[in-house]
Amino acid sequence: MSEEMRRRLQNTVPPTATILLFFILWEVGCTVLRVDEFVLPRPTVALAAYFRWQSAIWPNALQTLFTTLVGFGIAIVMGVALGALIGYSALLYQALYPLLIGFNSVPKAALVPVFVIWFGIGTVPAILIAFLISFFPIAVNVATGVATVEPEMRDVLRSLGASRFDLFRKIGFPRAMPYFFASLKVAVTLSFVGSVIAELGASNRGIGNMMVIASSRFEVPLVFAGLLVVAAMGVALYAVFALLERRMVGWAYRGGD
Amino acid sequence: MELQNVSLNYFSGGKYVHALDDLSLSIRQGEFVAIAGPSGCGKTTILKLVAGLLPPTKGQVLIDGRPVKGPQKNVGMAFQNPILLPWRSALENVLLPLEIVQPHRQQFRDNRRAYEEQALRLLRTVGLEGFTDRPPYELSGGMQQRVSLCRALIHQPEILVLDEPFAALDAFTREELWGVLQALWMDRRCTVILVTHDLREAAFLASRVCVMSKRPGRLVHETLIDLPRPRSLENTFEPAFVNLVHRIYGHIGEVRV
Repeated sequence: MSEEMRRRLQNTVPPTATILLFFILWEVGCTVLRVDEFVLPRPTVALAAYFRWQSAIWPNALQTLFTTLVGFGIAIVMGVALGALIGYSALLYQALYPLLIGFNSVPKAALVPVFVIWFGIGTVPAILIAFLISFFPIAVNVATGVATVEPEMRDVLRSLGASRFDLFRKIGFPRAMPYFFASLKVAVTLSFVGSVIAELGASNRGIGNMMVIASSRFEVPLVFAGLLVVAAMGVALYAVFALLERRMVGWAYRGGD
Repeated sequence: MELQNVSLNYFSGGKYVHALDDLSLSIRQGEFVAIAGPSGCGKTTILKLVAGLLPPTKGQVLIDGRPVKGPQKNVGMAFQNPILLPWRSALENVLLPLEIVQPHRQQFRDNRRAYEEQALRLLRTVGLEGFTDRPPYELSGGMQQRVSLCRALIHQPEILVLDEPFAALDAFTREELWGVLQALWMDRRCTVILVTHDLREAAFLASRVCVMSKRPGRLVHETLIDLPRPRSLENTFEPAFVNLVHRIYGHIGEVRV
């Protein structure tokens, strides 16, 4: 077996095995303990519900994916901009940080009714919640990356007569990239949470909305099918950004595994 | 270059530090001066003054008769740590000053090929052929320090400022790099100020060794080294060299009490 293949197996076999084990335990546990389907459906039942309602699930799932990615996109732009600013200037950091913490401490679910009053029921509140919930970790990480540039590194460039913008472009920004990509992996899953929360109460579309309708009809297996779809999409997006991270900032991981 | 009655005070950790006291030193163009002294005597401060990274509290620093007001573009710096940018290859690290300093900065895009040629040639002279595309973490400490020296020299500075550049290396690598630095200097004949703890290093490389007092630092002794060049490691075991080092060692002993 080649080194390459062994490493690939090492990366894929354990996670797959854990996930399978999780579902098997769930299935067996429900069967042995005779848990009512109405309380906790077995994964096979949820899977069956998924196949039965596939045509209803997918448009809703895509709607959720759409609001998530739009909100996440805005969060990246705003997070990088603000993170760069407060990481760069100690004054702005001092001035803005308490306010940022304050905003971040507000439970995002509590904002849903406010957004409904402002924008009505629909896509906008979901996008906004997805944005708000994922914006903070991105900003904080980028700020940390920019602010923790080693003073000696700064001296090397300053002694050449580099401007403050040069310092940011040549050192601050590239140095913040590993922090940025690390935050993206977390932020994208948070973003999902945000849009589903908003859809639960303030939308007539999306997977959150579908789950509310399903539970009001006591279609519990469909609720769980929805949860599984959300989880699967979250894992998929996480994987995309983890791969992107490897590609873009491999130097931060010293090229090894 | 001239330091005229320079004093420097600064606040550090709530305490007032009197780092340099009425220090005067003049260095001819093309001279190689080593500065030695007990730790914390303000040796590194002198280098920062010369590079324009710090303004003196009293007195002034003149280069070519003009007072230093800010960072100088005709200065190259190397430190005890190589401080390479980990996201850049050895070659790209060497190119960094050319992306900052005028007039190269303006022509960098158009003449990239030519500049790369120039950097490769320099890397070859320090024995790094075949490692130019490697990221810093794949290079040994000695190799990284060679890259750092190349980066300090690529923009053809008139003044080279070295802050204990070999202190973190093992003895064999250190002595090998003495030879590398001597060869570079004999080729370029730029002005060099070398701060070091190692008196053999000072005597091997410099044309003049200055000994500083404890803080607040001032010059207490100068020794001219008129040994013929190029000096070889073999020379360092000859009586003339050993006596010189012994004499400087005596001066250091006096200021340490």
